[in-house]
Amino acid sequence: MSALDELRQLRRGGVQVRKRDNKAAFWFLLPWFAGLVFITVGPVLASFALGFTKYNLIQPPRFIGLDNFARVLGDERLHNALRVTFTYVFVSVPLQLACALGVALLLDKGLRGLAFYRSAFYLPSLLGSSVAIAVLWTQVFGTDGLVNRVLGFFGVEGRGWISDPDTALSTLIVLNVWTFGSPMIIFLAGLRQIPVVYYEAAAIDGAGWWSRFRRITMPLLSPILFFNLVLQIIHAFQSFTQAFVVSGGTGGPSDSTMFYTLYLYQQGFSRFDMGYASALAWFLLLIIAAFTAVNFWAAKYWVFYDD
Amino acid sequence: MPLKHVGLVLIGFVMLYPVLWMVVSSLRPGDEIFRSPGLVLDSFQTENYVEGWNALTPSFGTYLLNSAVLVLGCIVGNLVSCSMAAYAFARLQFTGKRWWFGIMLGTIMLPIHVIIVPQYVLFSQIGWVNTFLPIIVPKILATDAFFVFLMVQFIRGLPRELDEAARIDGCGHPRIFLRIVLPLMTPALATTTIFTFIWTWNDFFSQLIYLTDPEMYTVPVALRSFVDSTVATSWGSQFAMSVVSLVPIFLAFLIGQRYLVKGIATTGGK
Repeated sequence: MSALDELRQLRRGGVQVRKRDNKAAFWFLLPWFAGLVFITVGPVLASFALGFTKYNLIQPPRFIGLDNFARVLGDERLHNALRVTFTYVFVSVPLQLACALGVALLLDKGLRGLAFYRSAFYLPSLLGSSVAIAVLWTQVFGTDGLVNRVLGFFGVEGRGWISDPDTALSTLIVLNVWTFGSPMIIFLAGLRQIPVVYYEAAAIDGAGWWSRFRRITMPLLSPILFFNLVLQIIHAFQSFTQAFVVSGGTGGPSDSTMFYTLYLYQQGFSRFDMGYASALAWFLLLIIAAFTAVNFWAAKYWVFYDD
Repeated sequence: MPLKHVGLVLIGFVMLYPVLWMVVSSLRPGDEIFRSPGLVLDSFQTENYVEGWNALTPSFGTYLLNSAVLVLGCIVGNLVSCSMAAYAFARLQFTGKRWWFGIMLGTIMLPIHVIIVPQYVLFSQIGWVNTFLPIIVPKILATDAFFVFLMVQFIRGLPRELDEAARIDGCGHPRIFLRIVLPLMTPALATTTIFTFIWTWNDFFSQLIYLTDPEMYTVPVALRSFVDSTVATSWGSQFAMSVVSLVPIFLAFLIGQRYLVKGIATTGGK
C-alpha cells in the first residue's frame, strides 16, 4: 500500500482506539517531534513570517508588509522561471511516464532476463540526479559533443544544444525522461497485482490486445499511474541540480534553464534576499499543493479503485 | 519474442551508451575525446585521473572522505530515529495518532526549498555552516518521513503475536522494540541504508548551501567547483572525476538491488 492509499484511508477514518500507550509513544516519537518543530513545520511557518520582511542575514529582519508578494506579481524573470518550470514539468513527466509504462508492459509476464533488464533500465534513475551526469550531459549536448558527433556521422549538422536558448531546456527534459526507471518499477509491481484470469477470460471472449489493455490493464493500473503522476510532478517541480550545473549556476542561456528553484536559490543564497526567497518558497509550496489538490480532484473521474 | 529482446537490448544500450562512453573517454588522452564517439579504447592511460584527483586543493581524496563521513552520519541517524518513530506509529496507541500520522505523511511531500531559508538562518545563527551538522541532524530527528512510512509498512506486516507473547513475559515497549521488532525488520533497515546512501551521496542542493569551505566540500560540491574552474577543453579530467564520483553509487546499486526494487515499489522514491 502506498502513501497515497494511506491518506485515503485516513480521510475515511476507521482507526480503532484501544488502550493508550501515551508515555511510551512520547519517548519513541521524541526525535520526530523535535524534527517537526525545528526542521520541518517550524521553518515552514518561519518562512511565512520572513516573507513579510526584508532580511539579508546581517541586519535584523525589517517588516515590509506585502512588498515581497507584490514583487512576485511584477517580477518578469520570475514569470519566465515559472514558464520554464511548467514547460519542464508538463512535457517531461508525461513522456517519462509513457516510457515507464511502455517498457513495463514489454517486461511484464515472465519475460526471460527480466531482472537484468529491470536493473539496466533502473540504473539511470539512480545516477540521474548526480552532478556527474549533469557534467556528462554538458559534454554530450555541447557543440563538440557526442550527439553532434553521431549526427555528423550520418551527415546531419548539429548545433550547441545547451548553448542555444531554444534547445537548452529540451536537453534537461531528455535527462528527466532518461530516469524513467523508478516509475517503471512501480508500474511493474502494479502489473503483477492484476490477476491473470482476467486476461484469460477476456481472451476467451475474443478481446484483442488493445481492448484488453484499455479495459483491464488501464483501469486496474490507474491507481498506480495516479501515484506515479503525483510523485513525479512533485519531483519535477523541485528539479535543481541539473539546471544549475548545465548552466554554471546562471539558469542561462537567456534564462532558458531558469527553474523556479534555481531562481529561489539565486535570490536567497547569491543575493541574500532572504525575505523575497521566503515569499518565493511559500509561493512554490502553494503551486505544488494546488497541483496535487487538482490531481486528487481529477482522480475521482479516472482512477478506479477495486475496493 | 526474440524481436522483443532485440528491442529491449537496443533501448538499454542507447540509454546506457553515454555513461559507458564517459567511462571509456576518461581513459583516453584528452584531445581524443572529441574525435571518438565509439567505445573502442586504442590506448589506455590514467593521466586524466591523476590530473583530476589533484586539480583542486585539497585533493579529491578529502572530498571522498567528507562524503563518506556525511553519508555514514545520515545512515545512522535515519536508522535510529525513523525506526523508533515507525514503531510508535505501527504498534502504539496514543492520543491524536491519526493526526500525527497524517502530518508525517504530509511531510513526505514537503519540498526542501520551502524550509531551506529559515533552516539556514537557524543553522548559521548557531554556527553550524561549514559543518556536517545541518545535514546530519535533520536525519537524527527523523525528518526523512519516507523511511518512517516504509518502516511502518514493514512493522505492520510482522505478526503481532510475537509482541504479545513478549508482553506477557513482562517486556516493556523498549525491549519489545529492541529485541523483537528491530531484528525482524532488517530488510526495511537495509532498504533505508541503501537509499540514504545513494540520496545523500547525490544530494547537491543542501550540500551546496551549507558547505562553502573547500576543506569541507563533499564530492558533488567539489565536482561542480572543479567543472566551473576548468576550461571546457579538459573533458578528460572532468570525466575521470565524474566516474570516481559515480563508482560508490554503482557499487551500492549492485549490492542493494533487491532492496532498492522493494523500497521503490512501496514508497515511490527515485
